[in-house]
Amino acid sequence: MSTEFDTFREAARPRESRTDTARLACPSGRRVEFTMAVPASNAEKTAATVTNGGGIRERSRPVLVIEPPKGRISLGLRELWEYRELSYFLAWRDIKVRYKQTALGASWAILQPVFAMVVFSLFFGKLGGIPSDGLPYPLWSFAALVPWTFFSQALMQSANSLVMNQGLLRKVYFPRLAIPIGTVLSAAVDFALAFVVLLGLMAFYRVGLTFRSLWVVAFAGLAFIAALGTGLWLAAASVRYRDVRYVVPILVQFWLFATPIAYPATLLPERWRAIYALNPMTGVAEGFRWALLGANTRPGPMIVASTMAAFLMLVGGVLYFRRTERTFADIV
Amino acid sequence: MMGADVVISAAGLGKRYQLGAAPASDSLREALAATFSWAAITRAAQALTAFGRREDNGDDANTLWSLRDVTFDVISGATLGIIGRNGAGKSTLLKILSRITPPTTGRARIVGRVGSLLEVGTGFHPDLTGRENIYLNGALLGMRRHEIAQKFDEIVAFAEIARFLDTQVKHYSSGMYMRLAFAVAAHLEPDILVVDEVLAVGDIDFQRKCIGKMGRVADEGRTVLFVSHNMAAIRSLCRTAMVLDAGRIVRQGDPGTCIAYYVAQGFDEDASTWTRPSNARDSALAFTRVDSRVTGHQPALALELDVVLEPRGRHKPALIAVDILDGSGVGLMQALPRVEGFIREDAGPQRTRIVIDLPPLIPGAYFVTLWAGSYFTETLDVAERVIRFEVHESPTPGRSVQHSAEQGHIVPPSTATWEPIQ
Repeated sequence: MSTEFDTFREAARPRESRTDTARLACPSGRRVEFTMAVPASNAEKTAATVTNGGGIRERSRPVLVIEPPKGRISLGLRELWEYRELSYFLAWRDIKVRYKQTALGASWAILQPVFAMVVFSLFFGKLGGIPSDGLPYPLWSFAALVPWTFFSQALMQSANSLVMNQGLLRKVYFPRLAIPIGTVLSAAVDFALAFVVLLGLMAFYRVGLTFRSLWVVAFAGLAFIAALGTGLWLAAASVRYRDVRYVVPILVQFWLFATPIAYPATLLPERWRAIYALNPMTGVAEGFRWALLGANTRPGPMIVASTMAAFLMLVGGVLYFRRTERTFADIV
Repeated sequence: MMGADVVISAAGLGKRYQLGAAPASDSLREALAATFSWAAITRAAQALTAFGRREDNGDDANTLWSLRDVTFDVISGATLGIIGRNGAGKSTLLKILSRITPPTTGRARIVGRVGSLLEVGTGFHPDLTGRENIYLNGALLGMRRHEIAQKFDEIVAFAEIARFLDTQVKHYSSGMYMRLAFAVAAHLEPDILVVDEVLAVGDIDFQRKCIGKMGRVADEGRTVLFVSHNMAAIRSLCRTAMVLDAGRIVRQGDPGTCIAYYVAQGFDEDASTWTRPSNARDSALAFTRVDSRVTGHQPALALELDVVLEPRGRHKPALIAVDILDGSGVGLMQALPRVEGFIREDAGPQRTRIVIDLPPLIPGAYFVTLWAGSYFTETLDVAERVIRFEVHESPTPGRSVQHSAEQGHIVPPSTATWEPIQ
């Protein structure tokens, strides 16, 4: 130990030459326009003036005020934007790690919806004789299963995401929203793979792409918003209530049958459909079929209802998340 | 200490924690029941969102102030060491300043970018390679990709992992792992670097590197806040210090004074006996009581220890090491009564008697730290500085000048013979 002491003496540089008053901010060449994003509610965005020996130099340094939480909450989008690369890195990490040490690797992303399609085709299509808008049942159900698999995976993974990353929550500061966003992004990569299979299946059944198919981008976006919105609620709640982990599989099962995946929305009476479409995934499933397969459903009012529901879910989710995230580190 | 030079200004910071399990199930039951009626949905939302404010319910037996009324200023370029026992509030303070948890009371104003390293290796993923982890960890700390790319070579050089860049970090030695983790945080170039007890986990080279790097950070005019139990490190790195005890600042100022105060803390009276506080954490094998006695006369003093060990779970055969430290907490020597594990799991609570023949020590106060573990690879329990003993007698009878710790604590027996040279 006494050697240790000596080595410390050595290691720390003599700082006698530095006096208490001669110091100045960072000679690091850090970009001056950098401002640390802080929640707008408690940030004073002022430029601190720092004197440097002879002259006065002005440099914008972030000023942060830390206070007990008050009622007001902001969405914190600006800070999220500052950290946008983090979501990307977290997604990338999830993808890299997800299929490590699996024999089939990323093919699982494809196999899941394919198996569901086979099972649905056998039981609902063949045995149950469920109508499929006059299209081959496997293709018709797969077109909805691809966004659905994304949604359910994103939901399950984002519900667990904060608890899985509790070490980070307790020890590192960053906008917490980056975690569920990264999770949903990583699920979106699986979605892209499955989507390629969907295109292959369309080719197999000789269903061509049209200009209308471009709408699928909008519906994929809607699925993303719905998944993120719901995922945020579940993720934030799971920090306090680990029950969420057990609730989510049940929720996903129930949700699957509350969405026109295995059956067409036309099975429902017309007047109920708008309410039915408050489930955002209804609009997504119907939208995918309409855009890609030309299924003769008219998704108009249902799409509007689904879109509104998805956006409400997202805004509410972000607010709830921001409201509760202050205590994450303490209770996770 | 005023004007623009103050980079951290904390006033009345406090943090209250709720002890025990919060009544979560109740709220959840309410929340679930509530979903069935529209009017109650708002109530449910309130119940769900209320937990952020639950702390404001006031003081009672179930709350603990982990930090209380902490006020201090730190000027730019300062190196502030924060010391205190476990649970004194050091980590809570750093967490508040790093924005990981909000304070319950008070206010802190921080000028500049804060970079914190509260734990070595958080955010590392074992399945990713060194290169990948550098980028991931950099992003976690708020660095942009191009910033990381700029610093990349420097980080790799500091961590000395160039050859293993594309190896998964789970195959790294713990030293490489820690160097890499520290390197990323240290190269963030924050205006204020906040570091919590990173030295506890590393070997001497790692510690020296960290201290050196933090010293350079300070030389560049940045501010360093440093928590450590390693007094030697605090002494060499920090120019100011504060001691926290039970959430309050009890001493502030020059590191030497603070360290002396901290080390003497709690040893005002008899410290020949120690009993484990009941609220201590459980380990598979735990020291529960130590009695000590110094017997004999200089230069043949002996320290006799009666150590009670209680097994509380599965553990490998364990052995005991006894460290003897000087009054400022610097280790002087270690006694190892037996080199093979002699405490077995099935033994039940057991009293071990250890007799240490002390070398001739200069008068003063000494501390004893006990360690139990298996074959040096695994620590089961450490009872740090639980015993204090004093040596009054001089080891060199007849010497008129007082001994000074500057010349060391041990006066080895020595002889001199002489004869005239022709």
